[in-house]
Amino acid sequence: MPSPNAVFASADQEKPMLDQLNQASLLDIRGVCRSFPKGSGEELLVLEKVDLTLHSGEIVGLLGRSGSGKSTLLRIIAGLIAPSSGDAKCRGETIMGPPNGVSMVFQSFALFPWLTVLQNVELGLEALGIDSVERRTRALAAIDLIGLDGFESAYPKELSGGMRQRVGFARALVVHPDLLLMDEPFSALDVLTAETLRTDMVDLWIEGRLPIKSVLMVTHNIEEAVLMCDRILVFSSNPGRIAAEIRVDLPHPRNRLDPAFRQLVDSIYARMTQRAEAKTPAIEGIPGSGVGMILQHVSSNVLSGLIETLAGPPYAGHADLPVLANSLQLEADEIFHLGESLQLLRFAQLSEGDLMLTDAGKRFAHLETDARKKLFAEHLINYVPVMGLIRRVLDERPSHSAPVARFRNELEDYMAEDQADETLKTIVSWGRYAELFAYDEQAELFSLENPH
Amino acid sequence: MTLQEILSPRLGQALRPNVWDAVALVLVIGAMVLIVYGGEQTALPLSALDVDPVTLDPAHLPAYALRTTMRMLLAIVCSIIFTFIYAALAAKSRRAEMVLIPLLDILQSVPILGFLTFTVVFFLNLFPGQVFGAELACVFAIFTSQAWNMTFSMYQSMRNVPKDLEEASQSFHLSGWQRFWRLDVPFAMPGLIWNTMMSMSGGWFFVVASEAITVGNTTVTLPGIGSYVALAIKQQNLAAIGYALLAMFLVILAYDQLLFRPVVAWADKFRFEQTASASAPASWMLDLFRRTRALRVLTYPFAALNKAISNLHIGLPGRFKTATRRRRQPSRIVDAAWLAIVMACTGDAAWRIYRYLSATLGPSDLFSAVGYGFITLARVIVLIALATLIWVPVGVWIGLRPKLAERIQPLAQFLAAFPANLAFPVFVVMIVRYGLNTNVWLSPLMILGTQWYILFNVIAGASAFPTDLREAAGSFHLKGWRWWIKVVLPGIFPYYITGAITASGGSWNAAIVAEVASWGDTHLTASGLGAYIATATEAGDFPRVVLGIAIMCVLVTLFNRLFWRPLYAFAERRLRLG
Repeated sequence: MPSPNAVFASADQEKPMLDQLNQASLLDIRGVCRSFPKGSGEELLVLEKVDLTLHSGEIVGLLGRSGSGKSTLLRIIAGLIAPSSGDAKCRGETIMGPPNGVSMVFQSFALFPWLTVLQNVELGLEALGIDSVERRTRALAAIDLIGLDGFESAYPKELSGGMRQRVGFARALVVHPDLLLMDEPFSALDVLTAETLRTDMVDLWIEGRLPIKSVLMVTHNIEEAVLMCDRILVFSSNPGRIAAEIRVDLPHPRNRLDPAFRQLVDSIYARMTQRAEAKTPAIEGIPGSGVGMILQHVSSNVLSGLIETLAGPPYAGHADLPVLANSLQLEADEIFHLGESLQLLRFAQLSEGDLMLTDAGKRFAHLETDARKKLFAEHLINYVPVMGLIRRVLDERPSHSAPVARFRNELEDYMAEDQADETLKTIVSWGRYAELFAYDEQAELFSLENPH
Repeated sequence: MTLQEILSPRLGQALRPNVWDAVALVLVIGAMVLIVYGGEQTALPLSALDVDPVTLDPAHLPAYALRTTMRMLLAIVCSIIFTFIYAALAAKSRRAEMVLIPLLDILQSVPILGFLTFTVVFFLNLFPGQVFGAELACVFAIFTSQAWNMTFSMYQSMRNVPKDLEEASQSFHLSGWQRFWRLDVPFAMPGLIWNTMMSMSGGWFFVVASEAITVGNTTVTLPGIGSYVALAIKQQNLAAIGYALLAMFLVILAYDQLLFRPVVAWADKFRFEQTASASAPASWMLDLFRRTRALRVLTYPFAALNKAISNLHIGLPGRFKTATRRRRQPSRIVDAAWLAIVMACTGDAAWRIYRYLSATLGPSDLFSAVGYGFITLARVIVLIALATLIWVPVGVWIGLRPKLAERIQPLAQFLAAFPANLAFPVFVVMIVRYGLNTNVWLSPLMILGTQWYILFNVIAGASAFPTDLREAAGSFHLKGWRWWIKVVLPGIFPYYITGAITASGGSWNAAIVAEVASWGDTHLTASGLGAYIATATEAGDFPRVVLGIAIMCVLVTLFNRLFWRPLYAFAERRLRLG
């Protein structure tokens, strides 16, 4: 069997023609927008006027919160969904369906459980109609390269998560794509495994052993982006657009403890909280306004726990987000999300990558359960418009009850159906905790009755 | 060295043939001979059936069993092909789906023996004077008892293919055809196989009825276990019934051991879960195939064929092709045209049915048929209730004892396959001897085969009941009725509903056989829709057959929609554990 390098080198020689045609850019995205239908039938914009150019020889990260449209953009580039407007070109050709020379690594691995490792890797080659001898050679070379030797005849369910994602990589690399798309490829793995895979991947890349020209990866992990990427595009949410572009010039291999590395991570944290403040001063970071505010569910237990943590040592009411995220073992995305929920309820304040308890938050930390509930209820009514609305409607109606559908319709004027579902779930959970109203799941009814 | 190691040679040993090769060779050659023999018999002219009529000589029974087995096998192959085409159409095309899925729902509720009435005439005319026509009619009847639930299962699987695998196959440029064989079919496999096994059980019930067919003055008796039983009933030969029972037992056992167990064990790899399960299903037959060189070689052509078929470059219209283009609204004009065509066809069919029925039948016929329908409905309800009262406690008791459940489970599945006809002698003799009321005492025949669905689903539910919940109930001293109401019954309810739906559907089907029982010259008839259809069939009174079947369809569909579906939805929403 030829060495993997030789196989990939020969494949690369097939491509110079295309290279000369498109020396400038591998990928050209101009003014791409994408919207999805809202519950009310109108369109909800998730991606607004995105421009992106990708050149050969770089790893570019799309960094953003969940729901910022970065995965949508990746799927537009992969040809899995079409843009609503704008122009997406891959190697000079408008993307209509999955383009040739682009392959994808999935967050969930997306391996076929009924195919062995070898068969999974060969699948993409089979679709290209490559004959079985070459197929086998190339598949074995890719398996070899990615460190899966000896696992060829195993089924995915026999493998650990890390090994499964290696199969995902081998499967994507074996077709020798120009562009490798990665959709949060390490986020389903445990911390140690993810780190091994990242460094393996970076090592192969800087040694020039990967048969690819460029990588575009989606992530919500700030450190991961700084560790791997040459360029980071920071997305803002609702609608998603590129808010900043950050070059990372640190030499590989990068050291997480290097002060320059830490500084970059801190500055990105700060930048991401900063923009949240600037955009909508009234309701920081929470998309939508008034009744149409999109709420994401956070358990009241988590909120209480976070407030207590913040109030206690060593933070004493003031925490640096990266430090807090590290000590709580949370992803940047999750810590932002929690911070914003606290901010919405005026229990804490986000700014410059820091999270600070407000006076109400400090008070909350030292109250008993019932008093906490009362304070929570007060803040819900005052600062979450839809909660106030529900309570008002229930108070006004003689029956003191109202069907959920009444509020769902109103929410769906502002948001997509699944967002309305999530918001309702949050409303029910917070409303129950604060004892603002009761909810009957079977009848889908809000009411003021409490079981005796 | 353990016995196991001596008996099972490892893969990749020397090329020297082993004893398993010999066993395998005999099995394969034997199967070939039997298939050829079975095939030759069907090419004979119809008159050959009269020259060589079915006899009760047990020596002929193996040959009869073989013919029946062949029919079942052929029907299952037809069902699988039908399933692939029909489910693929319904899942891939929105417009086809609008018509095909409700159609399937109705087809499911048409009594199987109702199909037989029409198709016998059709197939006999298609191949006049040949056994082949009658064979086809019989195979078709078995097919109708098997295909629908398989198709439903496949359709549902195809609609629920995981999104990431769908995206992966798109992103790797799999064609629609490749995608079907590489993604849709493997993903649907476990559900499909389970339903195929259920269908096979159901098929046995009707094979007996469909081998000896009388429609008006056409009587065809195909050699097989079914006609053997029919003859035994006519001649009041208890011993022959016993032989038939034994033969059927052996055939069902053989099917289970030689076909289904290997297939289930093999299909274990298609189960869509990312973790290896604790106990994988095992099959000695599959081990035999995997360990025997000669047999493995036999499977190569199939593997190659599978590979060749799935990689053919056939442009199948995949759903994603339109999805990836600029999002365009589905054309309203085409939709309207399609709707108009469907409506026109429906209208035309309705008019024809009305004309056909109104030529001979009046409103009074309609009322009496509906009345009979309600009598049968009452029977179904009472019987399901009774079966529930008996089998739920028994099932829970068995299910909570894993060792016992393991033994009983296959037995219950096996009993479900037993045709009601075999119990005719017992019931008829008892009713005649003690002068019992036929309307009451013939009813249990309806649920004879189908009650087992309740039993084995309840066993499955009780086996799956989480140990921690049982322990919690124990530590809170929950006992007696409180334990049943609060702990176990809610836990097994989803399983029970699944079983009860199958049992109720099966009972409607069985009504046609069960409401008319005979033993020799003694014919007993209970009044009900089943008897109505059976009597009309025997008399060749097609308008009444059509009316009876239509009413049964309506009742079954309504009963399902208004009663079982809401219960099922409730069970899924509130009581599904985990």
